Amino acid sequence: MNWTWFHRLGSPKWFYGISGRWLPLLIAATVLLVCAGLVWGLAIAPADYQQGNSFRIMYIHVPASFLAQSIYISMAICGVVGLVWKMKIADVALQQSAPIGAWMAFVSLLTGAIWGKPTWGAYWVWDARLTAMLILLFLYFGVIALGQAISNRDSAARACAVLAVVGVINIPIIKYSVEWWNTLHQPASFTLTEKPAMPASMWVPLLLMVLGFYCFYTVVLLMRMRLEILRRESRTSWVRAEVTRLTGRKK
Amino acid sequence: MTDSIFAFNSFAEFLAMGKHGFYVWLCFGVTLAIMLLNVALPWLARKKYLNQEIRRLRWEAQNESGS
Repeated sequence: MNWTWFHRLGSPKWFYGISGRWLPLLIAATVLLVCAGLVWGLAIAPADYQQGNSFRIMYIHVPASFLAQSIYISMAICGVVGLVWKMKIADVALQQSAPIGAWMAFVSLLTGAIWGKPTWGAYWVWDARLTAMLILLFLYFGVIALGQAISNRDSAARACAVLAVVGVINIPIIKYSVEWWNTLHQPASFTLTEKPAMPASMWVPLLLMVLGFYCFYTVVLLMRMRLEILRRESRTSWVRAEVTRLTGRKK
Repeated sequence: MTDSIFAFNSFAEFLAMGKHGFYVWLCFGVTLAIMLLNVALPWLARKKYLNQEIRRLRWEAQNESGS
């Protein structure tokens, strides 16, 4: 296998260039997928025979929950890469992912709470899955706080990487919480191996929204990473040239 | 029921979402606001950073040529 791409990732300049080329495509994909998913999910998908129209909250609750967990897993992978190969871009990705992950965990909890009121009769219950998700939000806060509290960049990177790797144990707990404990939260409606338990008119918009949310995460992550790279490399000649080019064009 | 592809017969029905309009629109509204915030914050930070940097670069260039 050709590993040049992996070594190139170690170069912030290369990453800055390639991400700049991918960004417009990703933005277009995000807008298309989310708009299509919104219209389909809100107006076209038929109402649920039990929950009525409140089930439409699923179209943001499920993608946000997927994303909150996936972002943490990707942070743990970045943590391993950063610890093993001392790759700087991995630390940039890890620390810039944390706020997006925290927002997604918050959206998941909030939409879940709002959905819970008409469905379960309560905004919050100390259910296994809800509690595990709340712990995920606090893990994100922990990574953000660690990154900001430690002024030495290498120490901060190491501390965040360790917390990301250790905290990933919470992800299988979230996933299997509905099976291990007797919970109010419904089990997964979707698995890769079985046919979905709902009609296509209901799950296709969900699929669009999930893909749209993943594209959204990539867009925001690249925006944040590119700014962080400019900050960290501000002394290099290529960043000076880039800053001059970007500010010169505005006038 | 009409043969339209939509799940609602009128715009008023669409807004009402059965009796769950409040919950559905609150969720979608807050989520949309959070998503926009996530795009706006790094974008504004980038603008601020570029302005700051170009001023620093100009200042450095002046000091080098002036001395």
